[in-house]
Amino acid sequence: MLCTPALAEQEAVEIGDAERGAILFEDCASCHEVGAGAEDRIGPHLNGIFGRKAAAHDGYPYSDGIQRAGRDGLVWDLRRLDAYIENPKALVSGTRMNFAGYDDPKDRADVLAYLRSFSDNPQNIPEAQPTARPREVELPPETLAIVGDPEYGEYLSSECTGCHQRDGSAQGIPSITQWPAEDFAIAMHAYKRKIRPHPVMQMMASRLSDEEIAALAAYFGALD
Amino acid sequence: MTLNRRHFLGTAVGTAAALSAPMVMAAGTPRVVVIGGGAGGATAARYIAKDSKGEIEVTLVEPTRSYYTCFFSNLYIGGFQEIGDLAHSYGGLAASGVNVVHDWATGIDRDAKTVTLAGGGVLPYDRLILSPGIDFVDESVPGWDLSAQNAMPHAYKGGSQTELLKAQILAMPEGGRFAMVAPPNPYRCPPGPYERISMVAHLLKANNPTAKILLVDPKEKYSKQALFEEGWQKHYGGMIERIGPDFGASNVQVNPAEMIVSIDGVDEKVDVCNVIPAQKAGVICERAGITEGNWAPVSGHTMQSRVDENIHVLGDATDQGDMPKSGFSANSQAKVAAMAVRGALTGSKVFPAKFSNTCWSLIDADDGVKVGATYEATDEKIAKVDGFISQTGEDADLRRITYEESLGWYAGITADMFG
Ligand SMILES: Cc1cc2nc3c(=O)[nH]c(=O)nc-3n(C[C@H](O)[C@H](O)[C@H](O)COP(=O)(O)OP(=O)(O)OC[C@H]3O[C@@H](n4cnc5c(N)ncnc54)[C@H](O)[C@@H]3O)c2cc1C
Repeated sequence: MLCTPALAEQEAVEIGDAERGAILFEDCASCHEVGAGAEDRIGPHLNGIFGRKAAAHDGYPYSDGIQRAGRDGLVWDLRRLDAYIENPKALVSGTRMNFAGYDDPKDRADVLAYLRSFSDNPQNIPEAQPTARPREVELPPETLAIVGDPEYGEYLSSECTGCHQRDGSAQGIPSITQWPAEDFAIAMHAYKRKIRPHPVMQMMASRLSDEEIAALAAYFGALD
Repeated sequence: MTLNRRHFLGTAVGTAAALSAPMVMAAGTPRVVVIGGGAGGATAARYIAKDSKGEIEVTLVEPTRSYYTCFFSNLYIGGFQEIGDLAHSYGGLAASGVNVVHDWATGIDRDAKTVTLAGGGVLPYDRLILSPGIDFVDESVPGWDLSAQNAMPHAYKGGSQTELLKAQILAMPEGGRFAMVAPPNPYRCPPGPYERISMVAHLLKANNPTAKILLVDPKEKYSKQALFEEGWQKHYGGMIERIGPDFGASNVQVNPAEMIVSIDGVDEKVDVCNVIPAQKAGVICERAGITEGNWAPVSGHTMQSRVDENIHVLGDATDQGDMPKSGFSANSQAKVAAMAVRGALTGSKVFPAKFSNTCWSLIDADDGVKVGATYEATDEKIAKVDGFISQTGEDADLRRITYEESLGWYAGITADMFG
């Protein structure tokens, strides 16, 4: 390791209040361990998470969703971790992490400050202040409230079914049927805003309106 | 439903289907005839039958009982697919309500709105959809014509030609020479010849590693060039030589009897020669009188022929604008045409046309790349909106996931075409 624990601590201070984060982390501790002797449990241990590629820590059986994100190039830097703990399924559909997310940016900053003190590798970590971070895929309630028109969704779906199968089978290309409408919408908006990596999906999502995303969510959500 | 019954309906409805009458003619069910059961035609027939729920009678004319995809045929050459994996029958279309007629369309009478079949049948239509793919331009490679396709296969239509080419490669003498004469623009599947070079190299590397590949290419540059060149260097260093137009590749002729390729007057003796000639719309388009030059111009809004609004043309045969000639494009265009046809014949809702395309190519095992774009219809053409391409230097994980994605795409798109 090139850097000293002191540097990690210094950075943690810049991210947020690590002491408060340690208390918040109790939410996470039912699945994740961190610190000396930490082991994988329901979730992987989180030592050294900053700067690591998703699904890159050996021995833990990551979900297909996280493995896919890793292959697509997702690296756990501050921005991605922040987006992930805000809404895990928005960043990585198919993740098994069963956590609704922290709405309050301060909660996220403090938890990440705490986690940061267990990561010794400062490379690839943006130095931005927490307040300067973009608030990713925070959809206004009006957007989430749009009730999609499944008939319109069926028309639009023909663009998707050139790759994604209507019967939900998945091989190399994920299934998109029967998702909760909100997860579907958040995922598509995350592609549209280029937070989720994947060039085809970013391109396809970029020209869908909020209504069209809702229509697709309604259509695919109801397919069996 | 049998041909006879359709003939009967035909006389009952006659020419009552006015040019742009939006509603169902009270007298009977409107009829759509689709010529060509490939990427475009199968999709269009299936979507119209499925979505019109019996309000439109759809007949597909296709001579073969099994369609062998050209997409993934290079992977068959490389040993990543079995030939049987590429075959698709028409049972799924029949189950969606498409009336499948295995015959050739030999003529189109645009005034009477009928299609004549080689077997003697005549099919009346209210709307005709043509997706006949490509044919080759005579004399585009002097010395080669269709009668030479066994000595020098094109393997640019699916099935037996692909098998023949692979068998010839496997029978090459040790250290022998494979040549490809690549086509000029525009042609079916822009990265296709270069993916094929990759797959031939993969096959030879395993079976005949001292063999050489000569790529004779009349084009200055080609699709995904940087990606292919990087991959060839990395996986097949020294095996592949490309001769471009600056070294005479635009002046090529072949002698199939002697297995000679002459490049700017210099004879090269080769063991296998894959000639991919210049291309044009399937000849039925010419016979219908809807081509200008080699291709059939269409409006991007509906895929209607610019010559006859009762005819929609799809896929490789069209001159439409910015989309590459690919199976993905044909499938995408077919859905726009299906919607427009249903709108015109049954008054169903029509939304603005949107198109997309992604072409994956395999360079070596687990080394996949892709290029894609989205498109919209303008009054002049189908215009590109946005696009992306794989980058050189990508890591092995990403290339493997790209390849795995292509397998998923193949399964997805063939299900979308054939049901
Ligand atoms: C080596 C290779 C690799 C390729 N790889 C890809 C790829 O990875 N991805 C991709 O998207 N595309 C790929 N393509 C391109 C793709 O195969 C074509 O663009 C696509 O098939 C075009 O669809 P189409 O409907 O226009 O024609 P086709 O699929 O060729 O279908 C035409 C059909 O019409 C029938 N027909 C012709 N004339 C008549 C007639 N008179 N009467 C009745 N029937 C008739 C033919 O029998 C044929 O079945 C590849 C092509 C090649 C050669």
